[in-house]
Amino acid sequence: MDKIDVVIVGAGLSGLACAYKLAEKDMQVIVVERGDFPGSKNVTGGRLYAMPIREMAGDMLEGAPFERKIVRERWSLLGDDNSIGIDFTSEKFRKENHSFSILRATFDRWLADRLMEKGVFVIPKYRVDDLLWENGMVAGVKAGEEEIYAHVVVAADGVLSFMGEKAGLKPKMSPHNYAVGIKEIIELPEEKINDRFNVDAGEGVAHLFLGEVTKGLFGGGFLYTNKESVSLGIVVGIKALMESKQNIEAHVLMDMFKDRYELRTLIKDGGLSEYSAHVIPEGGFDGISKLYGNGILLTGDAAGFALNMGVTVRGMEFAIASGIVAAETIAQAKEANDFSEKSLARYETRLKETFVLKDLETCKSMPAFLDNESFFAFYPKCFPDLLEKIMWFDQGPKAGIGKTAWSHLKSSGMMSWKRLMELYRIKNL
Amino acid sequence: MKVEEKLAIDAFKTDNESHITINQEICHTKCKVRYCILVCPGHLYSYNEENKEMVVEFAGCLECGTCKIACLEGAITWLYPKGDFGVQYRFG
Repeated sequence: MDKIDVVIVGAGLSGLACAYKLAEKDMQVIVVERGDFPGSKNVTGGRLYAMPIREMAGDMLEGAPFERKIVRERWSLLGDDNSIGIDFTSEKFRKENHSFSILRATFDRWLADRLMEKGVFVIPKYRVDDLLWENGMVAGVKAGEEEIYAHVVVAADGVLSFMGEKAGLKPKMSPHNYAVGIKEIIELPEEKINDRFNVDAGEGVAHLFLGEVTKGLFGGGFLYTNKESVSLGIVVGIKALMESKQNIEAHVLMDMFKDRYELRTLIKDGGLSEYSAHVIPEGGFDGISKLYGNGILLTGDAAGFALNMGVTVRGMEFAIASGIVAAETIAQAKEANDFSEKSLARYETRLKETFVLKDLETCKSMPAFLDNESFFAFYPKCFPDLLEKIMWFDQGPKAGIGKTAWSHLKSSGMMSWKRLMELYRIKNL
Repeated sequence: MKVEEKLAIDAFKTDNESHITINQEICHTKCKVRYCILVCPGHLYSYNEENKEMVVEFAGCLECGTCKIACLEGAITWLYPKGDFGVQYRFG
């Protein structure tokens, strides 16, 4: 059977990045995508951090359709009916191409078009049903009656990675390792976004929310400004949702979040253009799949490459970087004419030298640390309540500011051993 | 805005065949929790008490896969819709 070099399952960021680098090395590669076009089945929050991949990507993202350059970082703690926000901005962020908001249906499609110009086939509307095997090696993919034989299959098929599962590399998905993200696209005129979010043309905001948005469950809210829309949504741990005593359905949380005063004023007169949802890997370093087998590699979300550090959430640059490293590995395997597990093990070795596995390993203890109701229920309530007491002037005299703060922190439980230990444990992160 | 109205804004290409199959026997006899109803962002699952039947409106599926992960009893068999079908995001 004639074999091409590589078949890539999934035209998302990791698959397309892998194909781009393979094409540069003149290897025969086909990308298959189940959606009508690349990006049509993808959802991001979302923001792409450009700096970590700047060198390795080379010219890949030149002229990419970014929505806005993120120059403001905001975080809010949402109490029951009050909130505290932090608004950070920096000239450094404005000068450098640090991070950008993107929309996947635009972005992935653009990257795939760029690939087609390089002569790579990206076949849409193509759902892969199974892997092909030969002597214990993955030898290609099967879709209905059609078969594509290849020396290597790259499973770039997203967080649910059916290919990774079929290859025996991805364990059964456990609810505590995943969250569900729900997102709405709210359209607003470009000028209005600039004014409301206090940014210049082409600049934008990334805003994360904690607390009442998930009713104290693991997760939070997000808002990213696009050119002429905002991406607004929530993320909530699947296990947390299942075990919640409040029995609130996920889509109701989304509605309640959107209905808050803090959000209403930002999206006023904006029309809903899309409602989407996607699963997100939350397992961190310990949630990563086995990355390679005989004739197969896992990249991006399929491998579990996503990193939630509470104040930042990352995934897309991990996907792109892993796709690039997969391409390098495959090129070397071809030179040696050895596509066995042993030869492809270089993929993991190389990833360990990049930020992909380094950052994930550094933050190994993050998922366990964040799996704590304090961050989603206690702190987001405690601090806005304190500020409310300080800022409110009623009839009659007011207690001193220090006494007010001290008595609030004491009575709310902030001064307890548990909280102090939580603060102390931050040093390990 | 109701979730049904939100879904009506999305672009779907609906297959005649569902990509989600439910083992009613398991839902009826084993499952007491019905997490699928709770977690689905599209509010697509409902239990018909009269027929003792779990129903899923697969045509509005956002293809997130949350139900597949949350169904601990293994009553849900969830595949991607065939090529050319399902939700087609225009923003993503």
